[in-house]
Amino acid sequence: MAHSAGKYIFGYAASLVLTAVAFGLALTRALAPGPLVLALILLAGCQVLVQLYFFMHVTEGDGPAFHSAALVLGFIFTFAVVLMSMWIMTFHSQVA
Amino acid sequence: MAVIERELTQPAQHPERESPSHHESGHLPPEYRDHHQSVRIFGFWLFLATDMLLFACLFATYLVLKTHTDGGPAARDLFDVPGFSAETLILLTSSFTGGLATLAMRRGHQKQVLGWLVATMALGLCFLGLEVKEFATDVSAGATMQRSAFLSAFFTLVGTHGAHVSYGILWMFMVLLQVARRGITAVTARKVFIVNLYWHFLDVVWVFIFTVVYLFGVVM
Amino acid sequence: MLEALRNFADTYLMWHEGPLIWGSDALILLTVIGIVAVLTYFKKWGWLWREWLTTVDHKKIGIMYMIAALLMLFRGGVDAELMRTQLAFPGNHFLDAEHYNQIFTTHGTIMILFMAMPFIFALFNIVVPLQIGARDVAFPFLNAVSFWLFFFGALLFNISFVFGGSPDAGWVSYPPLSELEFDPGPGENYYLLGIQISGIGSIATGINFLATILKMRAPGMTLMRMPLFTWSVLAASIMIIFAFPALTVALALLLLDRIAGTHFFTMLHGGNPTMFVNLFWIWGHPEVYIVVLPAFGAFSEIVATFSRKRIFGYGSMVSSLMLISIISYFVWVHHFFTMGAGPDVNTFFAIASMAVAIPTGVKVFNWLFTMFQGRIRLSLPMLWAIAFVPCFAIGGATGVMLAVAPADYQYHNSYFLIAHFHQTLIGGVVFGMLAGMYYWWPKMFGFKLDERLGRWAFWFFNAGFYVCFMPQYALGFMGMQRRMYVYPADLGWGPLNLVSTIGAYLMGIGFLFIVAQVVYSIRHGERDLTGDPWDGRTLEWSLPSPVPHYNFAAIPTVTDRDMWWVLKNEGRTEDLQPKSADLKPIHMPKNSGAPFLIGVSFFVAGFGFVFNWWLPAVAGLCGVAACLAWRSFQYDDEYSVPVEEVMATEISLGRL
Repeated sequence: MAHSAGKYIFGYAASLVLTAVAFGLALTRALAPGPLVLALILLAGCQVLVQLYFFMHVTEGDGPAFHSAALVLGFIFTFAVVLMSMWIMTFHSQVA
Repeated sequence: MAVIERELTQPAQHPERESPSHHESGHLPPEYRDHHQSVRIFGFWLFLATDMLLFACLFATYLVLKTHTDGGPAARDLFDVPGFSAETLILLTSSFTGGLATLAMRRGHQKQVLGWLVATMALGLCFLGLEVKEFATDVSAGATMQRSAFLSAFFTLVGTHGAHVSYGILWMFMVLLQVARRGITAVTARKVFIVNLYWHFLDVVWVFIFTVVYLFGVVM
Repeated sequence: MLEALRNFADTYLMWHEGPLIWGSDALILLTVIGIVAVLTYFKKWGWLWREWLTTVDHKKIGIMYMIAALLMLFRGGVDAELMRTQLAFPGNHFLDAEHYNQIFTTHGTIMILFMAMPFIFALFNIVVPLQIGARDVAFPFLNAVSFWLFFFGALLFNISFVFGGSPDAGWVSYPPLSELEFDPGPGENYYLLGIQISGIGSIATGINFLATILKMRAPGMTLMRMPLFTWSVLAASIMIIFAFPALTVALALLLLDRIAGTHFFTMLHGGNPTMFVNLFWIWGHPEVYIVVLPAFGAFSEIVATFSRKRIFGYGSMVSSLMLISIISYFVWVHHFFTMGAGPDVNTFFAIASMAVAIPTGVKVFNWLFTMFQGRIRLSLPMLWAIAFVPCFAIGGATGVMLAVAPADYQYHNSYFLIAHFHQTLIGGVVFGMLAGMYYWWPKMFGFKLDERLGRWAFWFFNAGFYVCFMPQYALGFMGMQRRMYVYPADLGWGPLNLVSTIGAYLMGIGFLFIVAQVVYSIRHGERDLTGDPWDGRTLEWSLPSPVPHYNFAAIPTVTDRDMWWVLKNEGRTEDLQPKSADLKPIHMPKNSGAPFLIGVSFFVAGFGFVFNWWLPAVAGLCGVAACLAWRSFQYDDEYSVPVEEVMATEISLGRL
């Protein structure tokens, strides 16, 4: 049953650990820029899952999980907008 | 996706609007037991999906304009590590206390709900205070949003998140009044749940802000 | 004092601009006085407030959307006629450059955002809850908010014409032209705020209909039993909720540039104008599918009904809709291939753009196969549906031509493009919405629109359409660019332009026939006494016309696709008649004035921002906040319709 504090405490601890790892990696520049960016994005992605599962109870509710489908589609479009915009704009119409 | 598959082929278990079927929904958390309220929660998930795209566009703009500093201050000159670390810690903790408010609501403890909501709002106010202080420091150092495209994008992205947080605090306050006055009912349970969904969502957005704006900014 | 007044009149009312403005002012004043006088004389103010301004009934909101859309079709149409008149002859000076700029800007903006959008929302509202067996939409209050945001956004945009000046940077409003430095007047701010306000309403509508369709269906109505119009609304709503935020951001950032002095899209301080173009089309391309998919849905209903056949390939229709709604999110760069993002970017988006033609082609073939060997009746809705097929096929083919990135460098922003998108938007959306209007009109008002006048309208509009737009393809190849207001005679564009203008007038006459048809039919139209005037197939035709405010006395249980048609064939129509034993009190949402007041507050705030007048801006935003707070504390928002009232209504309709 979801009515226990354990789930929340675990979620909070997980988010703190993930944040600490991200800050540690970035501030000590533990990796080369490319892998570092990838690692930070992956850690952020894990944070999203932690919030969604432990705090937002995305797996609960009545009826089919249409809201999860909406979120998945939203994530796809989010990454499409961000990555494709950067890709499209790499031609640098303006000087910095 | 399997659930959607099933939905495509099997009749919907649709409770009549007039008579939410309480008997078969005993296993559901309280905010979902009334069909009216569960539809509203679904609508709010959809809103979060659109808000996610709103932030996606702001992130895209920031990332495209990040290097357009026009000779002015760049990310590395500006960002203060202890400052945004504190902001991050406070917001993560507020997401936790908000979650505890939901937990207390599910257990039916009105007083605890009020307590955790107050704690969440207080942490939210601390976060806002730090952010305002950070912005004021930047501005006094000449890093205004009119200075360069990079700064326009930075202040707009982080400021939009801050505006969401401010709105969230006001909204949480109204939910707090309603829980205080009416106790935990089907409606207030749903409101506590939704306002916390919003709050956790803002935490998720902040995770990306500290990653993409602050950490990337300090590193690169 | 007098001097101050004259200053005011010249600055804001633009009285130095001459007769065109004076005439419009007089006309608007007379209309307002007329409306106020009629309402006062017939003591209809209370009725207007109770029955319309505060309503949360999806059917009435749908009707208001439709009236607004038709009015905006008129305004946008007048703009079009003015442009075509200016272009009829070489070296013409009917309009000057400044007015021409304003008119093509308002024409485009109004037709897409204030005509096509409300028209599809009209059909969403009127049809969807009835097709899925629901009492109302998922969030009736929010639905009313959406309407009033659209209404006051449109109003804000339209008053620019007589107060301060119209926007003139094109409907896409690209910076740097639309930046403060090059476009200092209030017109551009009107554009940004008018669209922003109505756009918020559109997002809310998208959320509302997704929740309605996914969560409010009658028992037994599985997704794969849903009528195709409802499917098309589902697909369009998915696109709305994911595409409109991009428009919100694009407009907000440009507004910040203009009123807060930021540098997102400016030429100085690192701004990047092309980022606006990018954000605008992230919304802009899905937007054209948002408006055309509901038209596809309407055609699917109409073609099946008037061919008296099941729709051919239901499953492939559904998957095409879903595919279009996803692929259309990955094609936006085809609007700016010439920006020069490079061959890799252009190649990806060119291929994605061409890929959209595949599911669209599947749909066209399905409509044709549905008609094949059907017993076709050529009633008005079917006429428009049949006319749509060749028109949209040509529009689609020229679209694939435009999608070829290298070739697009030749066609870009020429009249070839103009002809292409008018062919898809008029042939697709306008034909579809008119077909849908004729089809569902009896359900809304209880009478059919006159067939004979409708045919005149149809032939004038269709013939006019080809006469108007076919020459424009050729003009595009001859080098004529969009947005040019005058051209010299020696280019040889004169004759084709004149032909095109004649076509535009023929379409105008077609529109006047529609107006005449509506006016005539109010008194003389054939009354719909059965509720099923077209021998329909879906649930809405099982209800009386017009539909009682609670829609279904008892929520039906659905066992089949085309439920009503199946029951009619099996002689079991009484299955859907309410039985007095089944009747229960019906819970309905209460009317509320708050949505209207939210709209007014947004209008006041928007008006303040247009002129940088901070007092109304802040007051308006406070009004919005107050309404929202009030709503949060309002718990008593439903009432119960007693069984006796339901019974009395059903008996008076002869259904019990």
